[in-house]
Amino acid sequence: MVKDPGLDETIKKLTPQQIEKTINQVLKGEGARMKAYLTTCVHCGLCSEACHTFLSRDRDPNFSPVGKVKNTLWEMVKRKGKVDAEFIKNAARIVYTECGVCRRCSMYCPFGIDIAYMLLVVRRMLNLLNVVPAYLQDTTNSHAATMNQMWVQQDEWIDTLQWQEEEAQMEMAKARIPLDKEGAEVMYSVIAPEPKILAQLLSYMSQIMTVAGVDWTMPATDGWDNSNMAMYSGDFETMARVERLHYDTALRLKVKKIVMGECGHAFRGGAYDGPKWLSWRFPPVPLIHAIEWYYELLTTGRIKIIKKFKEPVTVQDPCNTVRGKGLHHQLRYIMNEMCEDFRDVDPRFEHNYCCMAGGGTINCGPPWTKSRAVSNRVKAEQLKATGAKYVVTPCHNCHSGIEQIISFYKLGMHTKFIADILIESIEKPQHLLA
Amino acid sequence: MNASSVNAKTAEPVVKPAVPGMDSWDWETSEKAIADLVEMRERFPEVHEFSVSPDGERIAVPVKTEDGQYTICVNGEPWEQAFEKAWYIRFSPDGRLTALVRADDAWTVAVEGEPWEERFEYIWNTIFSADGGTIAAQTKRDMQYSVVVNGASWTNSYVSCRGIAVSPGGEKVAAIVQPVPLKEADIFGFMDGTWTIAVNDKQWDRNFINVYEPAFNSDGRHLAAEVRLGTCEYTIVKDGRPWQQTFGCIWEPLFRPEGGSVLVPARVGKSWVLVEDGHRLWSGEYDQLWRQKISPDGSRIAAVAAPIFGKWTIAVDDVAWEKTYSDCVLEPFFSPDSKRVAAIVKEDNRWTIAVNGEPWTETFEMVWNPAFSPDSKIVIAKVERGGRFSIAINGRLWRKNFQMLWEPVFSPDGGKILVRGVEDGKYIRRIVEIVELL
Repeated sequence: MVKDPGLDETIKKLTPQQIEKTINQVLKGEGARMKAYLTTCVHCGLCSEACHTFLSRDRDPNFSPVGKVKNTLWEMVKRKGKVDAEFIKNAARIVYTECGVCRRCSMYCPFGIDIAYMLLVVRRMLNLLNVVPAYLQDTTNSHAATMNQMWVQQDEWIDTLQWQEEEAQMEMAKARIPLDKEGAEVMYSVIAPEPKILAQLLSYMSQIMTVAGVDWTMPATDGWDNSNMAMYSGDFETMARVERLHYDTALRLKVKKIVMGECGHAFRGGAYDGPKWLSWRFPPVPLIHAIEWYYELLTTGRIKIIKKFKEPVTVQDPCNTVRGKGLHHQLRYIMNEMCEDFRDVDPRFEHNYCCMAGGGTINCGPPWTKSRAVSNRVKAEQLKATGAKYVVTPCHNCHSGIEQIISFYKLGMHTKFIADILIESIEKPQHLLA
Repeated sequence: MNASSVNAKTAEPVVKPAVPGMDSWDWETSEKAIADLVEMRERFPEVHEFSVSPDGERIAVPVKTEDGQYTICVNGEPWEQAFEKAWYIRFSPDGRLTALVRADDAWTVAVEGEPWEERFEYIWNTIFSADGGTIAAQTKRDMQYSVVVNGASWTNSYVSCRGIAVSPGGEKVAAIVQPVPLKEADIFGFMDGTWTIAVNDKQWDRNFINVYEPAFNSDGRHLAAEVRLGTCEYTIVKDGRPWQQTFGCIWEPLFRPEGGSVLVPARVGKSWVLVEDGHRLWSGEYDQLWRQKISPDGSRIAAVAAPIFGKWTIAVDDVAWEKTYSDCVLEPFFSPDSKRVAAIVKEDNRWTIAVNGEPWTETFEMVWNPAFSPDSKIVIAKVERGGRFSIAINGRLWRKNFQMLWEPVFSPDGGKILVRGVEDGKYIRRIVEIVELL
């Protein structure tokens, strides 16, 4: 059994009355959508074939999407919330660590039932009961306290941007990271791992923006982080606060649009879940993902590829940008433009397997790393079949998760962001160089 | 921008200058060419973002000098002292120029070119009292966080400090602080509460899970903030004491100018309502409600509201404007006579201003905050169209446009407008008669 104080310790404080009340309170608030899904599902099991967990775990029905619903929500409904603390702990294991809410299963459901939504409803119940994997809860706490995902202090953020501006200027004398520039065309926002552990990506973006001649800015205040693990822990109030600040920052800076870095779940939070909770039908400031941004820069000639990446490379289709917004063709355009030996995956596009790191699963942390890797053997097999040496993952969760799968299954590959390759491939005009 | 109060004898609004000291500004000289920005860009290897003083007499910008250092250039003249870094230039409301500067690897604030004596590992987020008399900033020293006010550091420091507020008169400075250290991934310690508020170097005696949006009342005697008491349990804490009532979520608190009560949007069930001192004030339930404002005479309340999902407008005294907008609506602004409300609205990615529910017919690529004339009859705003900037006045676009423009300011008598703009590479301060814009 995996030990996780977020589950093991928290269930000790639960009372039957508290469990029953919370479950029924959440169910009552869900209304017609939930009722329709519960009454429509005919338990056919066709969703099973869609799920990497089911496929990777020797087709054990308990790991199929319908099995996950059966072992959590259906029982809660059937027993009218009268379930015990051990049931709650098992439900937490299922919904937080065995489902990346990637929504692949919905494509295989003959009725299009959004099974991921149903499991997110369970997560909401568990959040209200304080039963959340410890590392995921800690990430949510970071969002609540600092408005970013990794406890980055306000000064650390600014200092890192200033440092990365200097790094960029070592390569490109005119490179800048304009901070808090009102009226810029673009606000660029990132997720906290970039300043915390992948700061070079900020330097890369500074150089790309300089080559493309973009009028851009990054905030010098909280609101720069577009990630949102509170969305996945079930703390929708914190999710909303983070999203509101992100857009309020863009509105304060009077930018025309937000370009966000290579992250999938953040795109979902910024484009869909966050705005909806806040009553914005669409983002109040247009938001585009890095894939769209690079595509736009390449197709308009603002950046040009002059040196293609030579090693064999394949790609991951992040669920929230590909299944969520259909950016797979733009992603393939970028891959083919910058790579000499691009080898596509099978299945691909919206049918690609989930990375099993999204949906908050990788944020459940080290206790669950092995379990997560076991749950995605099919991803390892899929990647190995390409013969590629590198996997481009335009999503931070995919990036870390696939790197772990590569390590676990000893595939001898490595992950890269688009920007890692782009910065080596684009033309950097002489007059901009240091 | 237009502050006012009510004359107790006549009940007529008494209009105060929107900006401290503006009565003494030069409202007569129609045109002053202040600085040549093209020449500055040729003279320095790097010229960053420009900032203009409230009275329009000065334009400042961080520049890199030939020896690779940075300084602040004001009207084309660099400060005497150069720094390793200089940024975040801000004019205080009373017109003093501040910058965050680093010398010998230590940071401080420089005011009019004179750095404060105290030095810090880092300093950021310079803010001012409404009258400009108080300058405060957040600081880090020896990995501890604190606040500096007018050059003097607080004696207490904290594990973290994430936001400061200054009372309107500048007598008090508050900060959201974390006095209790938290071990990595200590989710239980976090829920015990590690955050509180410190006011003038003294922290409250109770900690909370989270604290957001501290706000002073008008005389600085009271402070309210959002606090989180449980996973999804929020309330307002006033002067260290939480309300008895709790809510699913809340947004920014606002004091009434008289009486000291606190207004806050709160989530009840799946709807948002306006609450005063914990009790329901408006009967209306909204899909979203925020950015409440009180009229200058204290009699009316306006807020950004979504009466139903995805439809945004302004609600005034619990009555939503009939016309709604799909993209967004920004904070409301009352006229000095409290009778009119203006707000920036956005539909189909085009921006404009709506006044008392009626949108201007002209739309723009961007619109800045609306400002009312002292007599409340005219609304002006900086706008952007085709990459150029201009001023819209009661919905009509002025014929003149600029490469850069700062927000226009009404003269105290309302007959003129201060225009601070860049034309043909030169920053020019203009005083324009209202009739010329109409």
